[in-house]
Amino acid sequence: MNAQRPLVEVRDLKMHFPIHSGLLRRQTGAVKAVDGVTFDIYEGETLGLVGESGCGKSTCGRAVLRLYDLTSGEVVVDGRAIGTESQGSLRRMRTTMQMVFQDPQACLNPRMTVGAIIGEPLDEHTDWPRKKKRARVEELMDQVGLNRAFLNRYPHEFSGGQRQRIGIARALALKPKFIVCDEPIAALDVSIQAQVVNLLEELQDELGLTYLFISHDLSMVRHIADRVAVMYLGKVVELAPRDALYDEPLHPYTEALLSAVPEPDPAMAGRKRERIVLKGDVPSPANPPAGCNFCTRCPKVMEVCHRIDPAFREVRPGHFAACHLNDPRYGPEHSESAEPTAPEATRTQHGGTR
Amino acid sequence: MTEHDARAPGTAIGSEFGTVAASAPVAGAEPILMTRARSQWWDVWDQFSSHKGALAGAAVFLAIVLMVVIGPMIWPLDPTETDIRSRNQGISLVHPLGTDQLGRDIFARVMQGGRISLAVGLTAMALSLVLGTLIGVMAGYFRRLDGPLMRFTDLFLALPLLPLLLVMVLLFREPLTAAFGIETGIFILIVSAIGITSWMQTARIVRGDVLALKEREFVLAARATGTPSRRIVTRHVLPNILSPIMVSATLGIATAIITESALSFLGLGFPPDFPTWGRLLNDGVSYLELYPGRAFWPGLAISLVVLSINYVGDGLRDALDPRIRGR
Repeated sequence: MNAQRPLVEVRDLKMHFPIHSGLLRRQTGAVKAVDGVTFDIYEGETLGLVGESGCGKSTCGRAVLRLYDLTSGEVVVDGRAIGTESQGSLRRMRTTMQMVFQDPQACLNPRMTVGAIIGEPLDEHTDWPRKKKRARVEELMDQVGLNRAFLNRYPHEFSGGQRQRIGIARALALKPKFIVCDEPIAALDVSIQAQVVNLLEELQDELGLTYLFISHDLSMVRHIADRVAVMYLGKVVELAPRDALYDEPLHPYTEALLSAVPEPDPAMAGRKRERIVLKGDVPSPANPPAGCNFCTRCPKVMEVCHRIDPAFREVRPGHFAACHLNDPRYGPEHSESAEPTAPEATRTQHGGTR
Repeated sequence: MTEHDARAPGTAIGSEFGTVAASAPVAGAEPILMTRARSQWWDVWDQFSSHKGALAGAAVFLAIVLMVVIGPMIWPLDPTETDIRSRNQGISLVHPLGTDQLGRDIFARVMQGGRISLAVGLTAMALSLVLGTLIGVMAGYFRRLDGPLMRFTDLFLALPLLPLLLVMVLLFREPLTAAFGIETGIFILIVSAIGITSWMQTARIVRGDVLALKEREFVLAARATGTPSRRIVTRHVLPNILSPIMVSATLGIATAIITESALSFLGLGFPPDFPTWGRLLNDGVSYLELYPGRAFWPGLAISLVVLSINYVGDGLRDALDPRIRGR
């Protein structure tokens, strides 16, 4: 997988939203929704992006598509740097990247027919005759499993899952290479979620698509993603191939997240990892803590975490994490008191370093 | 696959349980009659015609329009001809609505006056609607224009309207009547005066709706497709703010007719011998105790027009909304 070329490269992406206050509406601060995110997405893979509500997942997905004007950083899609280009010159580029939205109700214009909605990208980017556009729309509807007869119906006549299929068909219309799926299953009930995820996978196999799959459903991400990035408070704290991340998380936040995934098999339920309950709330992205963003809630917090923001480093091949625990300079040896769960390991390592 | 590893990307979720999770055949596999690919306007008409009030309103409005357009051509009596011997008459066969203090036939005057009033009402409404929608959409959609345009709207709202109208009439009456003739000149003057002093409510309502609408995901989806702003406005924003526009339109006609009558009353509208519904109403007020019919008929005409347009607007709004259509 890693031998392939990266289709999307994101470098130190920052997306800050200014806060204005006072009588003169001066800028008094900024919500750091995405604060220095770096990752690659390789051609044909699915990168899962997980994190809790408000951690900047959706903003990150939208910023990658340049639906916002970036504060700083660079995004390269298909070999073209789009970080600072104007919306006008991006227009042609938009055929290679598309988006599937979270709320299938809100993402379809209630006054347009399904045919018009799916055909809108074609209207914008092709000068095909009507017949050809219609044929393409029908082909797309077949592809996503919608009956062609629905062509002249309106979105309100459909169920949530069907609406999401309409949204997917619209995203596919221009044969994009890269699709950002912004929590495409969050608003659907569980049986429909499976259908939509399976559909996305089938389409990926068929059309060689690359996905950025944003979700807070860890088990669904485990199913669909090849690699997974975990976000916390505007930063990616861990990025790793799926199995490595789920089997051996290197960041305490990932550990805590994974311990919250319910085990569906009753026989296995008892053997689960111990549940780690995080205390407190997520700090405000307008005023993140000094040092590591996670230091206010981290169960393995060390003194250094309050001072120095950990670098996002490649700890093992392909496995990135931003945590001082993985740094030999700070490592667990300096934190006997903060590591009550593994005194044995601490002691041996302690001895080892001497 | 003998061993089911839910993590293997090729495995469909739920396949090991044999549940219905395959993606393709679930959504609408059963045969469904193709909805006819007919024009959307047929659906609109179907819904409109199922709205009884709207149909009745349309019929009344059409009848009034026909009456004021064709009526003066076939009615033998001239609306400005005075006949001092038959003044202040009641309802009779010769004068179906009676005569006024100068013996002019009220029926003829109501028909003739309706031409001006309807023309002024509809044109001024259209003008204020276009202005209000334009400014509202610009302010709501383009963040940078929001402040300046809304302060401009506040400025107009704060201006006392009547003095403003008076100044406008005084300034532009002479050049306009000289350029276009007395009738057209004053018509243009009054229509533009009413139009540019009544767009503010529409602008504010439209701005509010656009602000809410542009954050909706389908607008974001259109931007992700690369749709330019002007087409986002025409394709996604305008159709979805149709209902408030429709409501302000129907109310705007009534206001325009009444404002025109106020101007005429102040002697700044059409010349005194020129019948309009507003002027007839004002003329009738002084005789209200002796001859109530004189104010009643033009008043009834104005009310009927406003009411019928309201119903038509209501029906149109429902008919143009696919969510209500077909229920």
